[in-house]
Amino acid sequence: MQNEPNKPDHLVVVDTLEKRYTKGGVPVFSDISFSIDRGEIVCMIGHSGCGKSTILNILAGLESASSGQVSINGHTIRGPGLDRGVVFQGHALMPWLTVEQNVAMAIRSRHPGMQRGDVKNMTEHYLGLVSLKEAMHKRPSELSGGMRQRVGIARAFSTTPELLLMDEPFGALDALTRGVIQDELLNICAQTHQTVFMITHDIDEAILLADRLLLMSSGPNAHIAEVVQNPLPKERSRAEIHHQKGYSDLRNHIMDFLVQKLNLKEPKNN
Amino acid sequence: MMRRTDKLKGFALSVLLTLALLLTWQYLTLPFETHVGSSSAQNAEYEMLMGHTPATQQASHNFPSPRQFAVDAWQELKSPFHNTNANNRGIGWQLGASLYRVLIGYGLAVIVAVPLGLLLGQLPILRAGLNPFIQILRPISPLAWMPIALYTIKDAEECGIFVIFICSIWPILLNTSFGVSRLRKEWLDVARTLELSWARRLWLIILPAAAPTIVTGMRVGLGIAWLAIVAAEMLVGSSGIGYFVWNQWNNLSLSNVILAVLLIGVTGMILDTAFAALQRSVSYAE
Ligand SMILES: Nc1ncnc2c1ncn2[C@@H]1O[C@H](COP(=O)(O)OP(=O)(O)O)[C@@H](O)[C@H]1O
Ligand SMILES: [Mg+2]
Repeated sequence: MQNEPNKPDHLVVVDTLEKRYTKGGVPVFSDISFSIDRGEIVCMIGHSGCGKSTILNILAGLESASSGQVSINGHTIRGPGLDRGVVFQGHALMPWLTVEQNVAMAIRSRHPGMQRGDVKNMTEHYLGLVSLKEAMHKRPSELSGGMRQRVGIARAFSTTPELLLMDEPFGALDALTRGVIQDELLNICAQTHQTVFMITHDIDEAILLADRLLLMSSGPNAHIAEVVQNPLPKERSRAEIHHQKGYSDLRNHIMDFLVQKLNLKEPKNN
Repeated sequence: MMRRTDKLKGFALSVLLTLALLLTWQYLTLPFETHVGSSSAQNAEYEMLMGHTPATQQASHNFPSPRQFAVDAWQELKSPFHNTNANNRGIGWQLGASLYRVLIGYGLAVIVAVPLGLLLGQLPILRAGLNPFIQILRPISPLAWMPIALYTIKDAEECGIFVIFICSIWPILLNTSFGVSRLRKEWLDVARTLELSWARRLWLIILPAAAPTIVTGMRVGLGIAWLAIVAAEMLVGSSGIGYFVWNQWNNLSLSNVILAVLLIGVTGMILDTAFAALQRSVSYAE
């Protein structure tokens, strides 16, 4: 794996991260090093419990690593900040606020002192990106799961973060809804050249969205077992992708990897 | 939600029950002679010993009939705020005095308990440290504080306020602290990634998230305060609705006692209804 921290193209550099919950015990994961270029979408795939969420939370600054460090733009991160936007798995919208107020809260945090009217325009712009302008005055409890997750995405984008972090953002959605939002997300990322680090357990989603895939071995003491560059052209679309050359090979490769790792974990019968 | 017709039926039932209650009251307060015929000689003797001869039954301390009560109540309610001297003040004036004490004592309890609860909710160690004290102080009947309050504070007026304060503070404190401690971690994570200042975090996340639980505590606290003030005023006050009840009892004016008791109930209900509305306005569906 190539890891050149001084190359200016790297927006994010993750350097030998390790996390252990008990002193001297087996770490959840160790020796996690990778980098993310500007405008790149990197997906992490791996079995449940291997520490993906923990890695993402460390990148977000919400958790701390036992050792190793993460830097963005050459600065080591010390906590959460507006330079990173997070789309939470459980949407994490404030149920007492309307959709508009949820997004406006993020915009006001990003632009303190912005005029009321400007905040409103900006809120409408970002809700428009996820086609939710009509639902602006509704509360999260009145929305479907897919709509809530879209508000979460609009909120994350509205702070124009350098790095967008997403932890299985569509895990709880049905396949159709998921597809629609994936297309939307791909569109917005292409327009804004957004840098993204995301976690998924859906192989098709990973191949559609990711420029590069990090395959995690199973825990405990999980590692990055393999880094796969997506051979498909950057302009991918959900409608055509499975007819494209290289798609099946890539899919089979990842599938084999996941199944093989799963078998390794199961106890052997004598 | 209840259907509209069910609500109407419920209302009709309430009206019927009221009528039944009034009829029973009327029957039980019929003039004494009608009962004498059916009672045994022994019973009559007992009544005699108790001073309940037909002659005394005509006296004013007979339990009032609904009609008598209505006449007396109207007399009192005609000038509810009259204030001729300390022993002769209108029922409205007395009710106002009680509400004023509750406002001060309960207001102080809210001012102390909500910020302290916000703090306890965020600091598990402080919460654990204070918990034994709270658990011991909480179940103490407000009236049990009275002697200590009288000895240390001396002033009867301030004692009443103290008793309100000390009994309404616990549910507010416990509910606020519980509401804050149970805040979803996700919401606080959002606050952190948005780099909210502590004031904005408090105002935008913590308070609205915990508001339903806080208001529930405030509602319970106000209910207890209203129970306590009447009792406290009966014990020490020289004004207030509780003092009024006791004073009218000493005057053997049962009509006024009944009127005051009804008024205490109605006032308590109005206060509770106001808080129920407040509770609805801050509640949210997850
Ligand atoms: N507070 C904790 N104490 C001990 N172990 C934990 C704690 N939080 C997470 N873990 C362990 O860390 C591992 C990684 O969790 P997580 O990052 O959520 O995995 P993933 O997202 O890949 O499913 C899990 O095996 C979990 O049991
Ligand atoms: Mg996870």
